[in-house]
Amino acid sequence: MKTREIFRFQLYVAGAAQNSAQAISNLGALCREHLAECHEIEVVDVFHEPKRALAEGIFMTPTLVKLAPSPAPLRIVGTLSQKMPLLQALGIDSVQT
Amino acid sequence: MKTTHRVVSKAPDKAPTGIIGFDDITGGGLPRGRTTLLVGGPGSGKTVFALEFLVHGARSLEEPGIFVAFEESSQRILANAHSFDWNLPGLQGSKLSFVDAQPAADLMQSGEFDLGGLLAALQAMVTETGAQRIVFDALDVMLALLSDSAARRTEIYRLHDWLLKHELTAVITAKAGADERTFMQFMVDCAVILGHEVVKGVSQRNLRVQKYRGTRFDENQSPFLIGNHGLEVEVAVARPLERGSLKASSERVSSGVERLDTMLGGGGYYRGASVLITGFPGTAKTTLCGTFAEAACQRSERTLFVSFDSDANEVIRDLASVGIRLARHEKSGHLRMVSARTIAGSAELYLARIKALAKEHEARCVVIDPVSTWSKSGSDLSAYSIAERLINWSKAEGITLLCSSLLDEMALHTEGGSSLQISELADTWIHLNHMEQAGERNRSLSIIKSRGTAHSNQVRELILSDEGVTLADTYAAGGEVLMGTLRWQKERAEHAAAEVTEVAGRLKRVRLEAEEAELEVQLKSLGVELEAKKVEKSLLERTTATREGELARGRTRIGELRGADVDGYKDKESPT
Repeated sequence: MKTREIFRFQLYVAGAAQNSAQAISNLGALCREHLAECHEIEVVDVFHEPKRALAEGIFMTPTLVKLAPSPAPLRIVGTLSQKMPLLQALGIDSVQT
Repeated sequence: MKTTHRVVSKAPDKAPTGIIGFDDITGGGLPRGRTTLLVGGPGSGKTVFALEFLVHGARSLEEPGIFVAFEESSQRILANAHSFDWNLPGLQGSKLSFVDAQPAADLMQSGEFDLGGLLAALQAMVTETGAQRIVFDALDVMLALLSDSAARRTEIYRLHDWLLKHELTAVITAKAGADERTFMQFMVDCAVILGHEVVKGVSQRNLRVQKYRGTRFDENQSPFLIGNHGLEVEVAVARPLERGSLKASSERVSSGVERLDTMLGGGGYYRGASVLITGFPGTAKTTLCGTFAEAACQRSERTLFVSFDSDANEVIRDLASVGIRLARHEKSGHLRMVSARTIAGSAELYLARIKALAKEHEARCVVIDPVSTWSKSGSDLSAYSIAERLINWSKAEGITLLCSSLLDEMALHTEGGSSLQISELADTWIHLNHMEQAGERNRSLSIIKSRGTAHSNQVRELILSDEGVTLADTYAAGGEVLMGTLRWQKERAEHAAAEVTEVAGRLKRVRLEAEEAELEVQLKSLGVELEAKKVEKSLLERTTATREGELARGRTRIGELRGADVDGYKDKESPT
């Protein structure tokens, strides 16, 4: 449990839209707090890479895709503002540091 | 945008949907470059409508389309649409693209989101395919994920703006009763409501254009059905026939019965006329339908025969027994026999189906036998408008329409008025009846009305034989019309009477001739007698003269002898 796996995320955002900006900052804060040094985040702007979004079937922005560890892939839509359920969904033990 | 209109600013440009009837209601289709909202309950035909709109654009108008599916997967939609003759797999690709945008069933959500990703993806597709039409099927599914109505409205606005910016002709479908429906109805340029209800156990689909900015449209509910080609909308209000658009033909088409053609003032029915044949069961209504159909086929005119009573094969068989042979015409393709028992539904549906069939068959003559069955499947009120629509439609298409109608007991009281009231609208109304006399039933035919023809007012007897249908003069005797055996007897009696009269005449003539001859003989003998008398008379005169001469000579002689010297003696000497 202590050997931290690397959490790999993709965050699809719609340019500088408010929801997307919020998601970026929420995810950043969460990772800093709970996944320090063991996370990777790729931010995909659907306006720049629409075909990628299309291929992935990402239509709601922002969408967070957890690629690893399992259970993966896992998609969470929204600004990622509800912290506790989010941690639970991502399988991050919130009590531990 | 390419537009061929000269007055660009006036009437909104329309994007035809290719849906039978709908483009008539809206005067050309959906507003081009604008958004249309399609609202309806489950199974009301929203997806079919939307898909057909795209198919028509892709197939016939070189307008590629995108179908965004929020509810069903595109695979399922394709499978479901397989039964339509659209060849969807063939269109798929550059002309018609599908986007699967169903939210995953186990979608996790944390906070707000928007449709930015979708629009970005679609934008890329529009650029690539040059799409001009787009459908958002079941947008409500996506909207339901948004937390509050403010967020929903924001997304609707976002979508709408995006659509307008790209001048896409869009159809958004949503379930009836969805929260944001009303809001969307205000926003969009056109709103169409699809309904599906059951009236007296009969399924009825209908469609209504609720709003259409900047254009005149039919505001009434129009029934529709889902057929092979997709939706078939029955235009509810009989389109006011534009004056001049209707060519009143003076061409006649034969009824198939020579004497009936004569009764109708020569030649038969008018082309494009609506003919009604009423009568009780067994009065040979179907037979007259058959003769008309056969005559039409013999003129090589495409004919549609819709039978509500019997199976098509039964009709052909039954008509063959009276010398009407339709089977070969069906084989040659001129005749299309349809048994309407295979069509279930309301009167409107029947009408829509018949119209679709007639169009498909390119029929010039349509026979509906009998039309009265319709009134059973709907309210009488709607049945009236059905009749009106049927006749208006046939007139507009220049189709000669022949309907038979059964008179039921109810209609009996109203002097033969058929329940559909077609009798008022029809151009020609032929009534068939039974006459029961002397233990037999005979069929009679009379023309109740026939607009624009100097038609006969006579009741005729309709005679069916295996050689065909003929009409015979009836006998009116003592205010009663005689038919069948009585007519025959009467005919025989008259014939006999005529013979007697003729013989009597001949006899009299002979007698007169004899008398004449007798008189002539008499005349001759009298002439002879007269001659004899004349001879006798002249003989008499001569003898008298001779005697007198003799006498005079005798006197002279005597005088001479006596030596008389009278002068008178010389005068009397010469006659000898």
